[in-house]
Amino acid sequence: MSDPQENTHIDSVGTYVKILLALLVATGVTTAVARVDLGGFSVVVALGIASAKMVLVALFFMHIRHSTKLTRLVVLGGLLWLAILLLLTMTDFASRGILGVPGK
Amino acid sequence: MITAAAQERENYLNASHGLKSWFLTKDHKRIGLLYLATITLFFFIGGAFATLIRVELLTPQGNLVSSETYNKLFTMHGVMMIFFFLIPSIPAVLGNFFLPIMIGARDLAFPKLNLLSWYLLVVGGMFSLYAMLAGGVDTGWTFYTPYSTTYSNGYVIATALGIFIAGFSSILTGLNFIVTIHRMRAPGMTWFRMPLFVWAHYATSLIQVLGTPVLAVTIVLLFLERVFHLGIFDPARGGDPVLFQHLFWFYSHPAVYIMVLPAMGVVSEVISTFSRKAIFGYGFVAFSSVSIAVLGFLVWGHHLFVSGQSLFAGMVFSFLSYFVAIPSAIKVFNWTATLYKGSISFQTPMLYALGFIGLFTMGGLTGLFVAALGIDMHVTDTYFVVAHFHYIMVGGAIMGYMSGLHYWWPKMTGRMYPEAWARLSALVIFLGFNLTFFPQFILGYLGMPRRYHLYPPEFQVLNVLSTAGASVLAVGYLMPMIYFIWSLRYGKVAPVNPWGATGLEWKTSSPPPVHNFDETPVVTHDAYDYASLMAEEVEVG
Amino acid sequence: MADHAPTETFALRVQFDTEAQQKDASTLGMWIFLVTEIMFFGGLFAVYTVYRSWYPNVFAIASSSLNEIIGALNTGVLLLSSFTMVMAVRASQLGQQKMIVIFLILTLLFGGIFLGVKAYEWNQKFEEHHIPGQAAFHLDGVLPEGQGHAQLFFSIYFAMTGLHALHMVIGVGILLTLIVQARKGRFSASYYTPVDVAGLYWHFVDIIWIFLFPLLYLIDRHLVK
Ligand code: HEM
Ligand SMILES: [Cu+2]
Repeated sequence: MSDPQENTHIDSVGTYVKILLALLVATGVTTAVARVDLGGFSVVVALGIASAKMVLVALFFMHIRHSTKLTRLVVLGGLLWLAILLLLTMTDFASRGILGVPGK
Repeated sequence: MITAAAQERENYLNASHGLKSWFLTKDHKRIGLLYLATITLFFFIGGAFATLIRVELLTPQGNLVSSETYNKLFTMHGVMMIFFFLIPSIPAVLGNFFLPIMIGARDLAFPKLNLLSWYLLVVGGMFSLYAMLAGGVDTGWTFYTPYSTTYSNGYVIATALGIFIAGFSSILTGLNFIVTIHRMRAPGMTWFRMPLFVWAHYATSLIQVLGTPVLAVTIVLLFLERVFHLGIFDPARGGDPVLFQHLFWFYSHPAVYIMVLPAMGVVSEVISTFSRKAIFGYGFVAFSSVSIAVLGFLVWGHHLFVSGQSLFAGMVFSFLSYFVAIPSAIKVFNWTATLYKGSISFQTPMLYALGFIGLFTMGGLTGLFVAALGIDMHVTDTYFVVAHFHYIMVGGAIMGYMSGLHYWWPKMTGRMYPEAWARLSALVIFLGFNLTFFPQFILGYLGMPRRYHLYPPEFQVLNVLSTAGASVLAVGYLMPMIYFIWSLRYGKVAPVNPWGATGLEWKTSSPPPVHNFDETPVVTHDAYDYASLMAEEVEVG
Repeated sequence: MADHAPTETFALRVQFDTEAQQKDASTLGMWIFLVTEIMFFGGLFAVYTVYRSWYPNVFAIASSSLNEIIGALNTGVLLLSSFTMVMAVRASQLGQQKMIVIFLILTLLFGGIFLGVKAYEWNQKFEEHHIPGQAAFHLDGVLPEGQGHAQLFFSIYFAMTGLHALHMVIGVGILLTLIVQARKGRFSASYYTPVDVAGLYWHFVDIIWIFLFPLLYLIDRHLVK
């Protein structure tokens, strides 16, 4: 019977504190930047920061850093399917009327 | 006659007794049987609605039931058959029972979760049955808004809630299967030694896990709109009912593969066993299951051709729809190639499997017709579409289910079913099916719309034929009901391996012991290794 | 480290061969469950994307009617709860019985604060008549023909934050169960899968909020002065 502890990585408290601080700072930044007129980039910045926060939480708090390839594949698969849902749905909603056929 | 030895051997059926030992069981085999009983009930309820529909359509005047009642009949038929019978059918019954055994595991990874899944299906079914008894629903199984959110005064919420709950049953089953396949395989059971039935269930589980949650949230939004007037799809506020259709079909197109992939898995097993040959192109068949699961998610917009969907999106989805036919065609090709020069025997499971191939091909080809934007404009919402999906769901999926049920019945119960009766019923079902649904292709082509109980008198002859076929079909389905139950008492005792098949399920006793094997098996051969099986037989003989 | 011998361990369940296999299976099961959650919220994200792209201006006005400072602070609270959660997992990896309980209780506390603030915000909406479907609905600064679109924004707001809050409530229930079990000393360095797996769930719910915050409160705020 293999010892379950042998492949458990225990991160230091310092690591977790650093990640927490980074997340809090990112929250402050995204809130502040929202008032600045970045034009179309406002969406990109807001979602970019959110994605970065997601990556931090996933890698460190959810231990993806130490996880198996399979777990990573599962996560990427989930995100890919989300992308399929959003992209193919928008294929319709972003192209209403572009071919000039009435009602289509 | 039952020999004393056979009676004594402890197995999952006689290991414990009493209602509690069934309703609180964690044994995947018993849970499989619970599902079998449950979905059989749902099948006959759905069948009762179908009977009423077909009787109504005997005459063009629509004089048996009112239009309102007719709307409820086809809605409740669809809801029962799709969500409560076909979606669970093969995975929840045969998958539950055999997937762990086929990979040499003692149970699924999460047995309690498995039991919970069954309870969820039952509770969901109760909600929907309540709705039907209380007054019914008339939205069609598709629940299109704004009719379902604003206008229908049927029991939309109770029915939708039932489907929501049953959806979680389906999600959890899929989750359980995926983890089991990844983590519970016996020593030596590598991915490419797994039976194709297991591959098919892996692919099916992916769809259940990735698609069903979107249906769930769509139902939640429907609920919020109907009860709290949130109005997400409400055109009066600038919302778009077509968005509901997108979300609904994001699940429901892939869901058609939840219904048919497991049947393909059964067919792969059965074809190989009764040709006494390894499946031709094992790797292709395995991968085609997975690619069907993936590609199935890219084509849902072909259900929206005549809605407000943009023409551009219609063209994209029409184009993508053709790709999904490729892996299915690969399968049909490989099955046929397996039959070629095989030593074929026509036992009942094989008859059903051959029936599947024929009818599924027919359904798939007509799928290509309706996936062509231009043709679909003509036949959409006609009986052509009804015939198309019944060829796949009844001619395909149910044929596969019947095939599997006969194939594994000896293992599940320890008894043989009566072969002659079974062959006869397979024949009756095949003929009845074609008589019921082939005329509907013609009716649709001639322009008879679906979902009306009145029709022009010139369509009567074909409708009468269809109803006659449905009666034959009903007899065909009742026959197995009777002889299966009969066999439990009077059937011949089943040997360990009645078909001389490969596969771990045929190495353990019939019925299997509580934890499936007396010792964890070690796998040393590829699946369907009939060549070396026959070599061994020659040596021994 | 092993000064606390586990007072109780669960037997290895019969379907598994090894504890490692059992733990692996549970973790994988939870990750797959989280994927189903991605898709569940994905439906809402799709709805959001469609309507935001159709009615950007009204959505900007509706967005900026939310108080982003409260939103940001609440985000901070939730991030803190994620931190304490991961600390609870760490404590269980080290077999520190008391610390597990303390960190779980802290997590519960922060989660509770988040839900309290959310309830306050919802209540505000009722007072401001920002409830879709009500005759009194009115959003200042939007033309009469845009009021329907503004309702769509708030429908999405309530659906998203509501379903998120529901997940939090379920998380609170899980935490309570874990606290009871942890106090009984059920978890140890060799058996802490439930804490680990519950942590994954909690962080996931946090990630959902990490996206809801900018989507609902921030995007296009600059357009409205
Ligand atoms: C493999 C299993 C399949 C099943 C179980 C299945 C099932 C169904 C069902 C239930 C419907 C009717 C939905 C409704 O109530 O409106 C339908 C319609 C349709 N199917 Fe299939 N189908 C399958 C395969 C295919 C394939 C391979 C294609 C094309 C590549 C296809 C194309 C279509 C199209 C375009 C429609 C919409 C027709 C219309 O409403 O006008 N199907 N199918
Ligand atoms: Cu389809």
